Amino acid sequence: MKIKKSMSYRCFTVANTLFLLLVSFTMLYPMLYVLFASFSESNALLMHDGLLYWPVGANTEAYMKVFNNPMVWSGYRNTLFILIVGVSLNMVMTTIAAYVLSRKNLPGSMAMTAFIVITMYFSSGLIPNYLNVKGMGLDNTLWALIIPGAMSAYNMIMMRTFFAGIPDSLEESATLDGANHLVILLRIVLPLSGSVVAVMILYYAVSHWNSWFNAMIYLRDRTKFPLQLVLREILIQNDTSTMMENLSNLEQGSIAETIKYAIIVVSTAPILMVYPFLQKYFVKGVMIGAIKG
Amino acid sequence: MAKKEISQVTSPVQKGRRCVAFAKAWKKHWILYMMFIPVAVYYLLFYYKPMYGILMAFQDYQPMKGMLGSDWVGFMHFKDFFQNYYFWRIVKNTVIISGASIIFGFPAPIILALLLNEVGSTKFKRSVQTISYMPHFISMVVICGMIRVFVADNGIITDLLVLFGMERQPLLSNPDAFVPILVISEIWQGMGWGSIIYLAALTGIDQTLYEAAVIDGANRWKQTLHVTIPGIAPTIIIMLILRLGSILSVGYEKIILLYNPLTYETGDVISSFVYRKGLQEMNWSYSTAVGLFNSVVNFVFLMITNSISRRVSETSLW
Repeated sequence: MKIKKSMSYRCFTVANTLFLLLVSFTMLYPMLYVLFASFSESNALLMHDGLLYWPVGANTEAYMKVFNNPMVWSGYRNTLFILIVGVSLNMVMTTIAAYVLSRKNLPGSMAMTAFIVITMYFSSGLIPNYLNVKGMGLDNTLWALIIPGAMSAYNMIMMRTFFAGIPDSLEESATLDGANHLVILLRIVLPLSGSVVAVMILYYAVSHWNSWFNAMIYLRDRTKFPLQLVLREILIQNDTSTMMENLSNLEQGSIAETIKYAIIVVSTAPILMVYPFLQKYFVKGVMIGAIKG
Repeated sequence: MAKKEISQVTSPVQKGRRCVAFAKAWKKHWILYMMFIPVAVYYLLFYYKPMYGILMAFQDYQPMKGMLGSDWVGFMHFKDFFQNYYFWRIVKNTVIISGASIIFGFPAPIILALLLNEVGSTKFKRSVQTISYMPHFISMVVICGMIRVFVADNGIITDLLVLFGMERQPLLSNPDAFVPILVISEIWQGMGWGSIIYLAALTGIDQTLYEAAVIDGANRWKQTLHVTIPGIAPTIIIMLILRLGSILSVGYEKIILLYNPLTYETGDVISSFVYRKGLQEMNWSYSTAVGLFNSVVNFVFLMITNSISRRVSETSLW
């Protein structure tokens, strides 16, 4: 009886392990396929059917084309600018709002919180927002991608909850020593909130990195395009012409495929290589969010 | 008359008291209020000011005339929309896409979390977790780019499906394939990340319950059924209710990167319709009206599910 039970559980464990291996393979393989395809020879890749386990006719031609494209470089530069300026603004705004709203006994703090939270449920929609940003003269500037998203109410509430959990006694003793709010925020509250600050920076950075829609509707000059919009031209609109000016039509048709794979690698590899080291902060972010919800 | 007099007598006093209270608060906390000013200005300019623009849903808005000069048309755009041939199509598509992603996408991370929970080796568990979270970090544009090359008529997924007897075709031009492509790619990208919250709930289960179950002679399967699943049930219920609250809000970003006129039939949803009418066809008033309709319906759904949530699990958004 006992042996039978453990037998069936052992069978389950084996099946479970195999299944999870299969899941991992399904998650990983599409990324590996892109990597292999990007190093392949275009015609050989077009002839090839089915799975790839290694680049066919390995070469780096597609990468040469990608790195020689000025749009990729300007895309990276614009994205970097948006990331650095955008995340700094996000953090300043989120931190001061979270700090003010986490003070106990501040008259009017309920009203101030409501003022922000209401916007999570009532938004004015695509067109009024678009016309508003345009009306401020922000369109066709990178500021249109930074200022309208200066802070997220959801992240602010997450941070406020964390700030409110810091023991009052620390702040009270600092106040007795004559510290003002700025000193309390910078010297006491922020140093104690390292993990939540890291989570916020990562969340904002990922959202700036991924965003493309606002860039598409507000920007007209191609030199201002962030990386994701450059990617959209190549991957979604199938426009690889800027990369292959002095190639014949036939050559263009075949290399267009590998260029797509190469640009996916160039744009995604940095984030996937950094992510395992930051994984614990992202996971922590989900937990902090969950406690609140 | 008498009442009026009384109110006239008391109100200045109350007002005065309020002013005094406010002055006191200001004197004590003025730095905090000053700190809040940039935040308040930001919300006023980018959230409250555009709300005024919603009024254009009831106008025949002409950019040259502005909000004040444009003619008022009442509910004309709403009527137009409800009588539109596409009204039922986009509502139906929204519900189908949302429904399919709930039916197939919602259980996936729960199952993954339960299976990961049965893994003995921490190293193996960690590796599976790290790998399965990875797709979450691929940007929307790149995911859609990958889908496009994989399901093109010479793409790898098409190749594999041809081996199983499908006719070779570019799958993104086939309306029947649009929803499966959308939902499967969503599961691929979100399953691992979504399991985090359930794994957290699993670690919160009281271990003594398992010991008690073993003493009662429960095997692993019975333990899962009677201890593990009830243990994470509150989390599941909350997540499900929250998800149901947004059943009519399918985001447009992924849709507009993947659809084309051939697949509007199954792929066009309310939000992508709003985008197309508004920003591509410059039909601003009409698009705003459709968007307003969608947000009102969404809000009602959220209210309903929130009140259910409060009754069922004593947890709610507000």
